[in-house]
Amino acid sequence: MLIDTVLFYAFALLTLGGGLLCITRRNAVHSAISLIVSLLGVAGLYLMQQAEFLFAVQIVLYVGGIMVLFLFVIMLVNLDDAAKERQFNRQWVIALVATLAVAAEIGYFLYRGKDAFHIAEAGAVMASTEGNVQQVADSLFQQYLLPFEIASVLLLVAVVGSVIMAKKRI
Amino acid sequence: MHPVTTIHYLVLSAALLLIGTVGVLTRRNVVIILMSIELILNAVNINLIAFSHAWKNINGQVFAIFVITDAVAEAAVGLGILIALFRNKETVLADEIDLLKW
Repeated sequence: MLIDTVLFYAFALLTLGGGLLCITRRNAVHSAISLIVSLLGVAGLYLMQQAEFLFAVQIVLYVGGIMVLFLFVIMLVNLDDAAKERQFNRQWVIALVATLAVAAEIGYFLYRGKDAFHIAEAGAVMASTEGNVQQVADSLFQQYLLPFEIASVLLLVAVVGSVIMAKKRI
Repeated sequence: MHPVTTIHYLVLSAALLLIGTVGVLTRRNVVIILMSIELILNAVNINLIAFSHAWKNINGQVFAIFVITDAVAEAAVGLGILIALFRNKETVLADEIDLLKW
């Protein structure tokens, strides 16, 4: 129980610290590295909640795929001029006030609803004896087969769209 | 020390969502805005996994997979748009892209 708590706070620190560094760094490459740290923290949180398949997907897909894509684009577009300029836009005060309002709302609702979460004791395992990957596959390919196919079509559209966008003349 | 319950994960996910929101709303660099969107989607995923674990129901994890799929599609198309934009306007700063403003 104690090791769970310690691990949770360690991963939470990685996640939030990486996120904060990501949105405050001047250099886009430093932001990307901080985002990788944050995503690895989220992957650790998945592992703590017995979502092993998503843990693997998070590392392979996010850290190995999307972040490499981001780094490629950062190298492709020249960001040296952008790093020397102002980093925050003119409406940042309004943005902070609006975000604080949302934070107050979410905090209020979480505070009011916190008693509803007593069922979520840590350390519980999924009811089935099957492995996590098998459970996910059963649900994905039986109950959610149509959304799965639609997601594949969405990915096809995204591939075609990014190829069109990368052409010389649009 | 208190044991970790779902409310811990919800507070963490809310904090990550707010960090991402601040990033989207205040940064000028489009690449970092796209990274902040990834932060927001990860906050959503933490929420889904927390409830999946709390109710011992696998559906939350399946939905998290769909959210990750959307994040991939969004990143690919967004970065493609960014490259096309940089080729035409030579800037990656969001407030200098104001063709529709008058």
